[in-house]
Amino acid sequence: MRGVNIFANPQAKWLGVALIAIALIGLPFALASVGTAWVRIANLAILFVFLSLGLNIVVGFAGLLDLGYIAFYAVGAYVYALLASPHFNLHLPFWVILPIGALVACLFGVLLGAPTLKLRGDYLAIVTLGFGEIVRIFLNNLSQPVNITNGPQGISRIDPFRFGAFSFSQSESVLGLVFSGPIKYYYLLLLLLLLAIVVNLRLQHSRIGRAWEAVREDEIAARAMGINTTGIKLLAFAMGASFGGMAGGMFAAIQGFISPESFVLVESVMVLSMVVLGGMGNIWGVVLGAVLLSFVPELLRYTVEPLQKALFGRSIIEPEVIRMLLFGLALVLMMLYRPAGLLPSAVRKRELTKAATE
Amino acid sequence: MSEVLLECMNLDKRFGGVLALAEVGFSINRGEIYGLIGPNGAGKTTLFNVLTGIYASDAGGFKLAGEALSGLRSDQIAARGIARTFQNIRLFSNLSALDNVMIGRHVRTRAGVFGAILRSRATLEEEAAIEKRALELLGYVGIAARANEVALQLPYGDQRRLEIARALATEPKLLALDEPAAGMNATETLELKKLLERVRADGITILLIEHDMKLVMGLCDRVLVLDYGRSIAEGPAREVQRDPRVIEAYLGGTTTGVSVA
Repeated sequence: MRGVNIFANPQAKWLGVALIAIALIGLPFALASVGTAWVRIANLAILFVFLSLGLNIVVGFAGLLDLGYIAFYAVGAYVYALLASPHFNLHLPFWVILPIGALVACLFGVLLGAPTLKLRGDYLAIVTLGFGEIVRIFLNNLSQPVNITNGPQGISRIDPFRFGAFSFSQSESVLGLVFSGPIKYYYLLLLLLLLAIVVNLRLQHSRIGRAWEAVREDEIAARAMGINTTGIKLLAFAMGASFGGMAGGMFAAIQGFISPESFVLVESVMVLSMVVLGGMGNIWGVVLGAVLLSFVPELLRYTVEPLQKALFGRSIIEPEVIRMLLFGLALVLMMLYRPAGLLPSAVRKRELTKAATE
Repeated sequence: MSEVLLECMNLDKRFGGVLALAEVGFSINRGEIYGLIGPNGAGKTTLFNVLTGIYASDAGGFKLAGEALSGLRSDQIAARGIARTFQNIRLFSNLSALDNVMIGRHVRTRAGVFGAILRSRATLEEEAAIEKRALELLGYVGIAARANEVALQLPYGDQRRLEIARALATEPKLLALDEPAAGMNATETLELKKLLERVRADGITILLIEHDMKLVMGLCDRVLVLDYGRSIAEGPAREVQRDPRVIEAYLGGTTTGVSVA
């Protein structure tokens, strides 16, 4: 039950933590020197880590396969967009909207969970997949008769995060250092992410976390031990959805524009891949998976074309095609060599190796 | 001593055309070890499943300490005081022995999401108490040394003991054991017998399904015999053993003594 012990001796551990902290603090400036686009990519990566952590509660802790997770991200994003944009001419402050977004997403989680949690495995996956699509299609069509979501055009000019006069969208210079908008967002997101990780670690090692594990391991035995399995699964859905909702709100503010196109099925699959690649059930694994799958495709985007131009004088294969190709290859290699993920949780690893030998 | 703890009234359970339980009625007194025997397919496990809310009975009902429990969910029944083990061990097999027992404490503890996130003092204290109690119970059943081992990798006999410890963690009034001695050798069975006597001495009533007649005869105060879902005999173990109907059910013949393993 204890977390994975990366560093055996405590001094090395604290040194490691300090180094990682310094690297994370310095990272946006290093990225900014390459191009501001990279800071934005880092911000999106943090959002994906956020999403993966949320999905990990559902898939990793409670063992419920959810293929429509991006719907909660969408709900959070739209809540933010509707309450802080010229669309309804509402401009609530972000620290009010983010909790509202999390709460509404949580409500949607319960709404989805209550009728479906009697289903198991594949059946639950199919229903959640359907739910994800329903939400997206609603967002696409709720522009008539009353225009709520503005349909496929999406909502633009969404307010950035702002504390009074301090806006996260403007750049500022402090002591000669230029803090651009994305860099300011980066630090805020990093802070929120740290909080999210702490929340996840604490949940995992608690009475609730154990109940999730019990349900994942053997539902009938869990029930016979007095665990209200329906309630505890619903709680996993609600918690996961809240994380999705929070991330959605931040996404809307950072992008300044959202449309249903950002919340398609592939995004759900992507977040699930992050969780699985990193190692279901292990928080650090999930973080690693999300960071890898956020950065590697971008790296490819910036290297594949110049490389081909240099080698052949023209671009033969589109970066997008290569990306999918490598993605497929990575999945096959994973299945063969690390079916439980890059940094698997000990428990999950046992489950999966047992399943493989049976 | 003759205060009734569990009372079953005319329980019926039907699977399609098969009557798995037919008007089964009996009562268990507080502090008793009550045996449930019968040939394979007699309905013993079905009765357990009804008593623990896995199946709903089609007719009849049952009461624990005067409170009607029929129709409740498994977890509600566990909360009201019936804990069980399973014939084909159902541990949380990839978790440690300690975690298995700690999960058993779930129903007697309260920390929720906010407690877990904020790690309030109450939560931390509760968590420490859960771990302490779980370790005590592992010691109680005699496998304290294996606390951090994965349940799946424990020897068979220890898995059975762990299941009992996990059930005890829910603080049951009635402990229902489904063939706890199955697959055990003579020494292990003897140790199990001592353990169950100790559980009883500590005030927990036991309902026991068992095929090991020596164990049943040596341990149970009273025995109920099921055959084809019907109760065919009930009473003190020695008397039931000589009942011609019981002998016939087991051996299908006219032998004079039962020595079924």
